[in-house]
Amino acid sequence: MNWFTRTLTSSIGRKLVMSLTGLFLCSFLVVHLIGNFQLLKTDSGEAFNAYAKFMTTFPLIKFISYGLYAGILLHIIQGILLTLENGKARPVAYAYSKAGDTSSWASRNMGLLGTVIFLFLAGHMTQFWGRMHFGEMPMVNLANGDSVKDLYKITMEAFAQPIMVALYVLAMVALAFHLLHGFKSAFQTLGLTHKKYTPTIETLGYVFAIVIPAAFAVIPILVFLMTNK
Amino acid sequence: MEHTGRSYTIKVWRQKNAQAQGSIQTYPLKDISPDMSFLEMLDILNEQLLQKGEDPIAFDHDCREGICGMCSLFINGRAHGPLTTTTCQLHMRSFENNETIFIEPWRAKPFPVIKDLVVDRTAFDRIIQAGGYVTVRTGSAPDANEILIPKAIADEAMDAASCIGCGACVAACKNASAMLFVSAKVSQLALLPQGQSERKQRAERMVAQMDAEGFGACTNTGACAAECPKQISLVNIARLNREYLSAKISSDNVEEYVPIK
Ligand code: SF4
Ligand code: FES
Repeated sequence: MNWFTRTLTSSIGRKLVMSLTGLFLCSFLVVHLIGNFQLLKTDSGEAFNAYAKFMTTFPLIKFISYGLYAGILLHIIQGILLTLENGKARPVAYAYSKAGDTSSWASRNMGLLGTVIFLFLAGHMTQFWGRMHFGEMPMVNLANGDSVKDLYKITMEAFAQPIMVALYVLAMVALAFHLLHGFKSAFQTLGLTHKKYTPTIETLGYVFAIVIPAAFAVIPILVFLMTNK
Repeated sequence: MEHTGRSYTIKVWRQKNAQAQGSIQTYPLKDISPDMSFLEMLDILNEQLLQKGEDPIAFDHDCREGICGMCSLFINGRAHGPLTTTTCQLHMRSFENNETIFIEPWRAKPFPVIKDLVVDRTAFDRIIQAGGYVTVRTGSAPDANEILIPKAIADEAMDAASCIGCGACVAACKNASAMLFVSAKVSQLALLPQGQSERKQRAERMVAQMDAEGFGACTNTGACAAECPKQISLVNIARLNREYLSAKISSDNVEEYVPIK
Protein backbone atom coordinates (compact mmCIF):
# COMPACT_ATOMS: atom_id res chain seq x y z
CA MET A 1 0.00 0.00 0.00
CA ASN A 2 1.24 3.51 -0.69
CA TRP A 3 0.63 6.60 1.45
CA PHE A 4 -2.64 7.32 -0.33
CA THR A 5 -4.30 3.93 0.17
CA ARG A 6 -2.94 3.79 3.71
CA THR A 7 -4.63 7.12 4.38
CA LEU A 8 -7.94 5.94 2.98
CA THR A 9 -7.83 2.73 5.02
CA SER A 10 -6.94 4.45 8.31
CA SER A 11 -9.79 4.96 10.74
CA ILE A 12 -10.16 8.62 9.78
CA GLY A 13 -9.70 7.78 6.08
CA ARG A 14 -12.54 5.27 6.16
CA LYS A 15 -14.72 7.86 7.81
CA LEU A 16 -13.72 10.35 5.11
CA VAL A 17 -14.97 7.92 2.47
CA MET A 18 -18.21 7.43 4.43
CA SER A 19 -18.83 11.15 4.72
CA LEU A 20 -18.03 12.04 1.10
CA THR A 21 -20.08 9.21 -0.37
CA GLY A 22 -22.85 9.92 2.14
CA LEU A 23 -23.10 13.57 1.11
CA PHE A 24 -23.00 12.58 -2.55
CA LEU A 25 -25.88 10.16 -1.98
CA CYS A 26 -27.77 12.99 -0.24
CA SER A 27 -27.54 15.05 -3.43
CA PHE A 28 -28.84 12.05 -5.38
CA LEU A 29 -31.86 11.85 -3.08
CA VAL A 30 -32.85 15.35 -4.14
CA VAL A 31 -32.56 14.54 -7.85
CA HIS A 32 -34.50 11.29 -7.43
CA LEU A 33 -37.23 13.08 -5.49
CA ILE A 34 -37.69 15.71 -8.18
CA GLY A 35 -38.23 12.86 -10.66
CA ASN A 36 -40.76 11.16 -8.40
CA PHE A 37 -42.89 14.30 -8.30
CA GLN A 38 -43.62 13.74 -12.03
CA LEU A 39 -45.72 10.76 -10.91
CA LEU A 40 -48.25 13.13 -9.39
CA LYS A 41 -48.99 14.93 -12.66
CA THR A 42 -52.38 14.02 -14.10
CA ASP A 43 -51.02 13.38 -17.59
CA SER A 44 -51.22 9.55 -17.51
CA GLY A 45 -47.47 9.34 -17.05
CA GLU A 46 -46.36 11.47 -20.00
CA ALA A 47 -43.93 13.61 -17.96
CA PHE A 48 -42.71 10.74 -15.79
CA ASN A 49 -41.99 8.43 -18.73
CA ALA A 50 -40.21 11.19 -20.64
CA TYR A 51 -38.13 11.84 -17.53
CA ALA A 52 -37.37 8.13 -17.07
CA LYS A 53 -36.30 7.88 -20.71
CA PHE A 54 -34.03 10.91 -20.30
CA MET A 55 -32.44 9.58 -17.12
CA THR A 56 -31.64 6.20 -18.66
CA THR A 57 -30.39 7.35 -22.04
CA PHE A 58 -28.83 10.83 -21.83
CA PRO A 59 -25.03 10.28 -21.99
CA LEU A 60 -24.01 12.72 -19.23
CA ILE A 61 -26.62 11.32 -16.83
CA LYS A 62 -25.52 7.78 -17.69
CA PHE A 63 -21.96 8.78 -16.87
CA ILE A 64 -22.96 10.30 -13.54
CA SER A 65 -25.02 7.22 -12.75
CA TYR A 66 -21.87 5.06 -12.79
CA GLY A 67 -20.44 7.41 -10.17
CA LEU A 68 -23.63 6.91 -8.23
CA TYR A 69 -23.38 3.10 -8.31
CA ALA A 70 -19.76 3.37 -7.19
CA GLY A 71 -20.80 5.75 -4.41
CA ILE A 72 -23.51 3.41 -3.16
CA LEU A 73 -21.16 0.41 -3.22
CA LEU A 74 -18.34 2.27 -1.47
CA HIS A 75 -20.68 3.57 1.21
CA ILE A 76 -22.03 0.05 1.82
CA ILE A 77 -18.66 -1.72 1.78
CA GLN A 78 -16.95 0.85 4.01
CA GLY A 79 -19.97 0.83 6.30
CA ILE A 80 -19.76 -2.94 6.71
CA LEU A 81 -15.98 -2.86 7.28
CA LEU A 82 -16.28 -0.05 9.83
CA THR A 83 -19.10 -1.77 11.70
CA LEU A 84 -17.15 -5.05 11.86
CA GLU A 85 -13.91 -3.38 12.97
CA ASN A 86 -15.64 -1.20 15.53
CA GLY A 87 -17.30 -4.29 16.97
CA LYS A 88 -13.91 -5.96 17.34
CA ALA A 89 -12.66 -3.03 19.42
CA ARG A 90 -14.90 -4.18 22.28
CA PRO A 91 -14.69 -7.99 22.45
CA VAL A 92 -16.36 -8.19 25.89
CA ALA A 93 -19.63 -6.27 26.11
CA TYR A 94 -20.80 -4.50 29.25
CA ALA A 95 -23.22 -6.51 31.37
CA TYR A 96 -25.11 -3.32 32.05
CA SER A 97 -25.01 -0.33 29.70
CA LYS A 98 -26.98 2.88 29.64
CA ALA A 99 -25.71 4.10 26.30
CA GLY A 100 -28.98 5.96 25.76
CA ASP A 101 -27.98 8.50 28.43
CA THR A 102 -25.09 9.83 26.41
CA SER A 103 -25.84 9.32 22.72
CA SER A 104 -28.81 9.23 20.37
CA TRP A 105 -30.34 5.94 19.25
CA ALA A 106 -29.78 6.77 15.57
CA SER A 107 -26.08 7.49 16.13
CA ARG A 108 -25.60 4.06 17.72
CA ASN A 109 -27.57 2.19 15.05
CA MET A 110 -26.28 3.53 11.75
CA GLY A 111 -25.31 0.00 10.70
CA LEU A 112 -28.76 -1.38 11.43
CA LEU A 113 -30.49 1.56 9.72
CA GLY A 114 -28.14 1.23 6.78
CA THR A 115 -28.99 -2.46 6.48
CA VAL A 116 -32.73 -1.70 6.38
CA ILE A 117 -32.10 0.91 3.67
CA PHE A 118 -29.89 -1.54 1.77
CA LEU A 119 -32.55 -4.27 1.83
CA PHE A 120 -35.08 -1.77 0.59
CA LEU A 121 -32.70 -0.61 -2.10
CA ALA A 122 -32.09 -4.16 -3.29
CA GLY A 123 -35.82 -4.77 -3.65
CA HIS A 124 -36.48 -1.32 -5.10
CA MET A 125 -33.77 -1.67 -7.73
CA THR A 126 -34.89 -5.13 -8.79
CA GLN A 127 -38.48 -3.96 -9.01
CA PHE A 128 -37.89 -0.78 -11.03
CA TRP A 129 -34.30 -0.17 -12.07
CA GLY A 130 -33.54 -3.80 -12.96
CA ARG A 131 -36.73 -4.25 -14.92
CA MET A 132 -36.26 -0.92 -16.69
CA HIS A 133 -32.70 -1.83 -17.73
CA PHE A 134 -32.84 -5.57 -18.29
CA GLY A 135 -36.41 -6.82 -17.97
CA GLU A 136 -39.61 -6.98 -20.01
CA MET A 137 -41.36 -3.63 -20.08
CA PRO A 138 -44.71 -2.54 -21.55
CA MET A 139 -44.24 0.20 -24.18
CA VAL A 140 -46.15 3.43 -24.56
CA ASN A 141 -46.14 6.28 -27.06
CA LEU A 142 -45.26 9.78 -25.89
CA ALA A 143 -47.04 12.86 -27.34
CA ASN A 144 -44.05 13.46 -29.66
CA GLY A 145 -44.44 9.96 -31.08
CA ASP A 146 -41.49 8.34 -29.27
CA SER A 147 -42.16 4.83 -28.08
CA VAL A 148 -40.77 4.48 -24.53
CA LYS A 149 -40.82 1.93 -21.71
CA ASP A 150 -43.89 2.51 -19.56
CA LEU A 151 -42.28 2.83 -16.11
CA TYR A 152 -45.28 4.90 -15.05
CA LYS A 153 -47.62 1.91 -15.43
CA ILE A 154 -45.25 -0.39 -13.50
CA THR A 155 -44.97 2.15 -10.68
CA MET A 156 -48.70 2.75 -10.47
CA GLU A 157 -49.39 -0.97 -10.34
CA ALA A 158 -46.73 -1.51 -7.64
CA PHE A 159 -48.09 1.15 -5.33
CA ALA A 160 -51.67 0.06 -5.75
CA GLN A 161 -50.69 -2.72 -3.32
CA PRO A 162 -50.80 -1.72 0.36
CA ILE A 163 -47.81 -3.94 1.27
CA MET A 164 -45.58 -2.08 -1.20
CA VAL A 165 -46.64 1.25 0.21
CA ALA A 166 -46.04 0.05 3.77
CA LEU A 167 -42.54 -1.27 3.03
CA TYR A 168 -41.69 1.94 1.21
CA VAL A 169 -42.81 4.13 4.10
CA LEU A 170 -40.92 1.93 6.57
CA ALA A 171 -37.72 2.32 4.56
CA MET A 172 -38.20 6.08 4.50
CA VAL A 173 -38.48 6.11 8.30
CA ALA A 174 -35.15 4.25 8.48
CA LEU A 175 -33.68 6.72 5.99
CA ALA A 176 -34.86 9.64 8.12
CA PHE A 177 -33.11 8.31 11.23
CA HIS A 178 -30.01 7.48 9.18
CA LEU A 179 -29.85 11.06 7.90
CA LEU A 180 -30.66 12.55 11.29
CA HIS A 181 -27.24 11.43 12.47
CA GLY A 182 -25.44 11.03 9.16
CA PHE A 183 -25.83 14.51 7.74
CA LYS A 184 -24.20 16.44 10.57
CA SER A 185 -21.80 13.58 11.26
CA ALA A 186 -20.41 13.90 7.73
CA PHE A 187 -19.42 17.51 8.36
CA GLN A 188 -17.80 16.64 11.69
CA THR A 189 -15.75 13.91 9.99
CA LEU A 190 -14.61 16.35 7.31
CA GLY A 191 -13.50 18.65 10.12
CA LEU A 192 -15.94 21.28 8.88
CA THR A 193 -17.00 22.71 12.19
CA HIS A 194 -17.19 26.39 12.91
CA LYS A 195 -18.89 28.50 15.55
CA LYS A 196 -20.73 30.45 12.86
CA TYR A 197 -21.77 27.68 10.48
CA THR A 198 -22.17 24.48 12.50
CA PRO A 199 -25.53 25.44 14.04
CA THR A 200 -26.88 26.14 10.54
CA ILE A 201 -25.48 22.87 9.19
CA GLU A 202 -27.10 20.97 12.05
CA THR A 203 -30.48 22.62 11.54
CA LEU A 204 -30.23 22.04 7.80
CA GLY A 205 -29.41 18.39 8.50
CA TYR A 206 -32.47 17.90 10.69
CA VAL A 207 -34.73 19.58 8.13
CA PHE A 208 -33.21 17.51 5.31
CA ALA A 209 -33.54 14.29 7.33
CA ILE A 210 -37.25 14.85 7.87
CA VAL A 211 -38.46 16.67 4.77
CA ILE A 212 -36.79 14.51 2.11
CA PRO A 213 -37.88 11.06 3.38
CA ALA A 214 -41.33 12.46 4.19
CA ALA A 215 -41.68 13.78 0.64
CA PHE A 216 -40.57 10.42 -0.76
CA ALA A 217 -43.07 8.58 1.46
CA VAL A 218 -46.00 10.83 0.55
CA ILE A 219 -45.82 9.96 -3.16
CA PRO A 220 -46.63 6.20 -2.94
CA ILE A 221 -49.33 7.01 -0.40
CA LEU A 222 -50.93 9.44 -2.87
CA VAL A 223 -50.51 6.94 -5.72
CA PHE A 224 -52.22 4.33 -3.57
CA LEU A 225 -55.12 6.67 -2.80
CA MET A 226 -55.42 7.70 -6.46
CA THR A 227 -55.41 4.14 -7.82
CA ASN A 228 -57.73 2.72 -5.13
CA LYS A 229 -60.38 5.40 -5.39
CA MET B 1 -21.98 13.75 60.34
CA GLU B 2 -25.40 12.38 59.47
CA HIS B 3 -25.22 8.61 59.24
CA THR B 4 -28.25 7.04 57.68
CA GLY B 5 -26.57 3.74 57.00
CA ARG B 6 -27.71 2.83 53.51
CA SER B 7 -27.63 -0.69 52.10
CA TYR B 8 -26.55 -1.69 48.61
CA THR B 9 -26.21 -4.80 46.50
CA ILE B 10 -22.87 -4.58 44.75
CA LYS B 11 -22.48 -6.56 41.53
CA VAL B 12 -18.88 -6.41 40.52
CA TRP B 13 -16.67 -7.97 37.84
CA ARG B 14 -14.15 -10.37 39.39
CA GLN B 15 -11.32 -11.75 37.31
CA LYS B 16 -8.21 -13.36 38.83
CA ASN B 17 -5.78 -12.28 36.14
CA ALA B 18 -5.52 -11.34 32.48
CA GLN B 19 -5.93 -14.94 31.30
CA ALA B 20 -8.68 -16.05 33.67
CA GLN B 21 -12.36 -16.12 32.81
CA GLY B 22 -14.15 -13.41 34.80
CA SER B 23 -17.70 -13.13 36.07
CA ILE B 24 -20.02 -10.80 37.95
CA GLN B 25 -20.11 -11.49 41.71
CA THR B 26 -22.71 -10.17 44.12
CA TYR B 27 -21.88 -8.65 47.52
CA PRO B 28 -24.44 -7.22 49.94
CA LEU B 29 -23.20 -4.12 51.76
CA LYS B 30 -24.71 -2.40 54.82
CA ASP B 31 -24.17 0.81 56.81
CA ILE B 32 -22.88 2.99 54.04
CA SER B 33 -22.96 6.75 54.61
CA PRO B 34 -24.27 8.86 51.72
CA ASP B 35 -21.32 11.20 52.35
CA MET B 36 -18.82 8.49 51.57
CA SER B 37 -17.08 8.62 48.23
CA PHE B 38 -17.63 5.71 45.87
CA LEU B 39 -14.06 4.53 46.32
CA GLU B 40 -14.44 4.67 50.12
CA MET B 41 -17.44 2.41 49.73
CA LEU B 42 -15.20 -0.03 47.82
CA ASP B 43 -12.53 0.30 50.55
CA ILE B 44 -15.11 -0.77 53.13
CA LEU B 45 -16.25 -3.68 51.00
CA ASN B 46 -12.61 -4.73 50.60
CA GLU B 47 -11.99 -4.61 54.36
CA GLN B 48 -14.96 -6.87 54.87
CA LEU B 49 -13.63 -9.25 52.23
CA LEU B 50 -10.20 -9.26 53.87
CA GLN B 51 -11.74 -10.00 57.27
CA LYS B 52 -13.46 -13.00 55.72
CA GLY B 53 -10.14 -14.08 54.24
CA GLU B 54 -11.23 -13.38 50.67
CA ASP B 55 -9.30 -11.64 47.92
CA PRO B 56 -10.10 -7.89 47.91
CA ILE B 57 -11.43 -6.29 44.71
CA ALA B 58 -8.62 -4.72 42.70
CA PHE B 59 -9.42 -1.24 41.35
CA ASP B 60 -7.33 1.68 40.14
CA HIS B 61 -7.07 4.94 42.06
CA ASP B 62 -4.40 7.44 43.01
CA CYS B 63 -5.05 11.12 43.77
CA ARG B 64 -8.70 10.72 44.75
CA GLU B 65 -9.16 14.38 43.93
CA GLY B 66 -10.13 14.22 40.28
CA ILE B 67 -6.82 15.21 38.73
CA CYS B 68 -4.79 12.12 37.95
CA GLY B 69 -7.16 10.04 35.81
CA MET B 70 -6.30 6.74 37.48
CA CYS B 71 -9.72 5.83 38.85
CA SER B 72 -11.90 4.22 36.22
CA LEU B 73 -14.96 1.97 36.65
CA PHE B 74 -18.07 1.54 34.55
CA ILE B 75 -20.80 2.05 37.14
CA ASN B 76 -24.45 1.26 36.47
CA GLY B 77 -24.00 1.39 32.73
CA ARG B 78 -22.04 4.66 32.67
CA ALA B 79 -18.34 5.52 32.61
CA HIS B 80 -17.48 6.93 36.06
CA GLY B 81 -21.11 6.42 37.12
CA PRO B 82 -24.14 8.67 36.76
CA LEU B 83 -22.26 12.00 37.05
CA THR B 84 -19.68 13.37 34.64
CA THR B 85 -17.07 13.56 37.40
CA THR B 86 -14.30 11.03 37.90
CA THR B 87 -15.23 8.06 40.08
CA CYS B 88 -13.20 9.41 43.02
CA GLN B 89 -15.44 12.50 42.98
CA LEU B 90 -18.62 10.44 42.98
CA HIS B 91 -20.42 10.01 46.31
CA MET B 92 -22.84 7.44 47.59
CA ARG B 93 -25.55 10.11 47.77
CA SER B 94 -25.86 9.63 44.00
CA PHE B 95 -27.33 6.17 44.70
CA GLU B 96 -30.65 5.30 46.29
CA ASN B 97 -30.88 3.23 49.43
CA ASN B 98 -31.11 -0.51 48.55
CA GLU B 99 -29.98 0.13 44.98
CA THR B 100 -28.16 -2.55 43.02
CA ILE B 101 -24.89 -1.15 41.72
CA PHE B 102 -23.07 -2.74 38.77
CA ILE B 103 -19.33 -2.15 38.63
CA GLU B 104 -17.39 -3.23 35.56
CA PRO B 105 -13.94 -2.49 34.16
CA TRP B 106 -13.44 -0.31 31.06
CA ARG B 107 -14.20 -2.56 28.11
CA ALA B 108 -11.97 -2.18 25.07
CA LYS B 109 -9.63 -4.53 23.22
CA PRO B 110 -6.66 -2.16 23.75
CA PHE B 111 -7.50 -1.96 27.50
CA PRO B 112 -7.17 -5.60 28.59
CA VAL B 113 -8.22 -6.47 32.15
CA ILE B 114 -5.25 -7.11 34.43
CA LYS B 115 -7.28 -8.07 37.48
CA ASP B 116 -10.88 -7.43 38.53
CA LEU B 117 -11.53 -3.77 37.66
CA VAL B 118 -7.97 -2.84 36.75
CA VAL B 119 -7.24 -2.47 33.05
CA ASP B 120 -4.00 -1.86 31.22
CA ARG B 121 -4.12 1.66 29.77
CA THR B 122 -0.56 1.78 28.46
CA ALA B 123 -2.00 1.98 24.93
CA PHE B 124 -2.54 5.67 25.74
CA ASP B 125 1.11 6.03 26.77
CA ARG B 126 2.23 4.57 23.46
CA ILE B 127 0.00 6.99 21.55
CA ILE B 128 1.63 9.89 23.43
CA GLN B 129 5.03 8.38 22.76
CA ALA B 130 4.22 8.29 19.05
CA GLY B 131 3.85 12.05 18.76
CA GLY B 132 2.51 13.83 21.83
CA TYR B 133 5.65 15.83 22.48
CA VAL B 134 7.43 19.02 21.38
CA THR B 135 11.07 19.69 20.70
CA VAL B 136 12.41 22.29 23.10
CA ARG B 137 15.67 24.15 23.44
CA THR B 138 17.51 23.01 26.52
CA GLY B 139 19.60 25.40 28.60
CA SER B 140 18.55 28.24 30.82
CA ALA B 141 14.83 28.75 31.39
CA PRO B 142 13.25 31.05 28.79
CA ASP B 143 11.70 34.33 29.94
CA ALA B 144 8.00 34.21 30.66
CA ASN B 145 5.84 35.44 27.80
CA GLU B 146 8.77 35.31 25.40
CA ILE B 147 6.40 33.74 22.91
CA LEU B 148 3.19 35.73 22.70
CA ILE B 149 0.04 33.66 22.54
CA PRO B 150 -3.39 35.30 22.30
CA LYS B 151 -5.51 34.65 25.38
CA ALA B 152 -8.29 32.93 23.40
CA ILE B 153 -5.83 30.47 21.86
CA ALA B 154 -4.11 29.84 25.17
CA ASP B 155 -7.48 29.11 26.76
CA GLU B 156 -8.47 26.71 23.99
CA ALA B 157 -5.17 24.88 24.25
CA MET B 158 -5.54 24.74 28.03
CA ASP B 159 -9.03 23.29 27.70
CA ALA B 160 -7.65 20.51 25.50
CA ALA B 161 -4.66 20.03 27.82
CA SER B 162 -6.94 19.39 30.77
CA CYS B 163 -7.50 15.81 29.53
CA ILE B 164 -6.28 13.49 32.30
CA GLY B 165 -6.04 10.38 30.14
CA CYS B 166 -8.62 8.48 32.18
CA GLY B 167 -10.06 6.57 29.22
CA ALA B 168 -13.72 7.25 30.03
CA CYS B 169 -14.17 8.38 26.43
CA VAL B 170 -13.06 4.95 25.18
CA ALA B 171 -15.18 3.18 27.78
CA ALA B 172 -18.29 5.17 26.89
CA CYS B 173 -17.93 4.92 23.11
CA LYS B 174 -19.84 2.12 21.43
CA ASN B 175 -16.81 1.66 19.15
CA ALA B 176 -14.24 1.91 21.96
CA SER B 177 -12.75 4.78 19.98
CA ALA B 178 -9.94 6.86 21.46
CA MET B 179 -10.58 9.86 19.22
CA LEU B 180 -11.51 12.27 22.02
CA PHE B 181 -8.31 11.51 23.92
CA VAL B 182 -6.10 11.69 20.83
CA SER B 183 -7.84 14.83 19.59
CA ALA B 184 -7.26 16.55 22.94
CA LYS B 185 -3.57 15.64 22.88
CA VAL B 186 -3.11 16.70 19.25
CA SER B 187 -5.10 19.91 19.73
CA GLN B 188 -3.27 21.20 22.79
CA LEU B 189 -0.04 21.25 20.80
CA ALA B 190 -1.41 22.10 17.35
CA LEU B 191 -2.90 25.30 18.76
CA LEU B 192 0.36 26.60 20.22
CA PRO B 193 3.45 27.98 18.48
CA GLN B 194 5.62 25.47 20.36
CA GLY B 195 3.80 22.61 18.70
CA GLN B 196 4.30 23.68 15.09
CA SER B 197 7.54 21.89 14.19
CA GLU B 198 6.08 18.40 14.67
CA ARG B 199 2.53 19.37 13.82
CA LYS B 200 2.00 17.17 10.74
CA GLN B 201 4.04 14.22 11.94
CA ARG B 202 2.22 14.34 15.28
CA ALA B 203 -1.25 13.99 13.76
CA GLU B 204 -0.10 11.24 11.39
CA ARG B 205 1.77 9.20 13.95
CA MET B 206 -0.66 9.47 16.83
CA VAL B 207 -3.58 8.40 14.64
CA ALA B 208 -1.53 5.53 13.17
CA GLN B 209 -0.60 4.35 16.67
CA MET B 210 -4.22 4.69 17.80
CA ASP B 211 -5.33 2.50 14.88
CA ALA B 212 -2.56 -0.04 15.53
CA GLU B 213 -3.63 -0.37 19.16
CA GLY B 214 -7.05 -1.53 17.97
CA PHE B 215 -9.30 1.32 19.07
CA GLY B 216 -12.45 1.66 16.96
CA ALA B 217 -13.19 4.43 14.47
CA CYS B 218 -15.19 7.49 15.51
CA THR B 219 -18.83 7.52 14.43
CA ASN B 220 -19.57 10.85 16.09
CA THR B 221 -22.08 9.54 18.61
CA GLY B 222 -20.83 12.09 21.12
CA ALA B 223 -20.91 9.66 24.07
CA CYS B 224 -17.24 10.44 24.81
CA ALA B 225 -17.72 14.17 25.30
CA ALA B 226 -20.89 13.53 27.30
CA GLU B 227 -18.91 11.37 29.74
CA CYS B 228 -15.57 13.20 29.80
CA PRO B 229 -14.84 14.42 33.34
CA LYS B 230 -12.81 17.30 31.89
CA GLN B 231 -15.45 18.42 29.36
CA ILE B 232 -13.17 17.89 26.37
CA SER B 233 -15.36 18.96 23.46
CA LEU B 234 -16.13 17.31 20.12
CA VAL B 235 -14.67 20.36 18.42
CA ASN B 236 -11.30 18.76 19.15
CA ILE B 237 -12.25 15.67 17.15
CA ALA B 238 -13.17 17.85 14.17
CA ARG B 239 -9.81 19.56 14.56
CA LEU B 240 -8.01 16.22 14.66
CA ASN B 241 -9.79 15.18 11.45
CA ARG B 242 -8.59 18.41 9.82
CA GLU B 243 -5.07 18.05 11.19
CA TYR B 244 -4.79 14.44 10.07
CA LEU B 245 -6.26 14.84 6.60
CA SER B 246 -4.32 18.00 5.80
CA ALA B 247 -1.11 16.43 7.14
CA LYS B 248 -1.71 13.39 4.93
CA ILE B 249 -2.21 15.60 1.89
CA SER B 250 0.72 17.95 2.47
CA SER B 251 3.41 16.20 4.52
CA ASP B 252 6.38 14.72 2.66
CA ASN B 253 6.24 11.52 4.68
CA VAL B 254 5.52 8.49 2.48
CA GLU B 255 6.96 5.81 4.77
CA GLU B 256 4.71 3.31 6.46
CA TYR B 257 4.41 3.94 10.19
CA VAL B 258 5.91 1.24 12.38
CA PRO B 259 3.77 1.02 15.52
CA ILE B 260 5.37 1.17 18.97
CA LYS B 261 4.97 -2.18 20.75
S1 SF4 C 1 -10.75 13.05 26.74
FE1 SF4 C 1 -11.83 13.15 28.73
S2 SF4 C 1 -12.62 11.08 28.99
FE2 SF4 C 1 -11.03 10.92 27.43
S3 SF4 C 1 -9.15 10.44 28.50
FE3 SF4 C 1 -9.22 12.67 28.36
S4 SF4 C 1 -10.22 13.34 30.25
FE4 SF4 C 1 -10.63 11.15 30.07
S1 FES D 1 -8.15 8.91 41.60
FE1 FES D 1 -7.14 10.53 40.55
S2 FES D 1 -8.77 11.21 39.23
FE2 FES D 1 -9.77 9.76 40.47
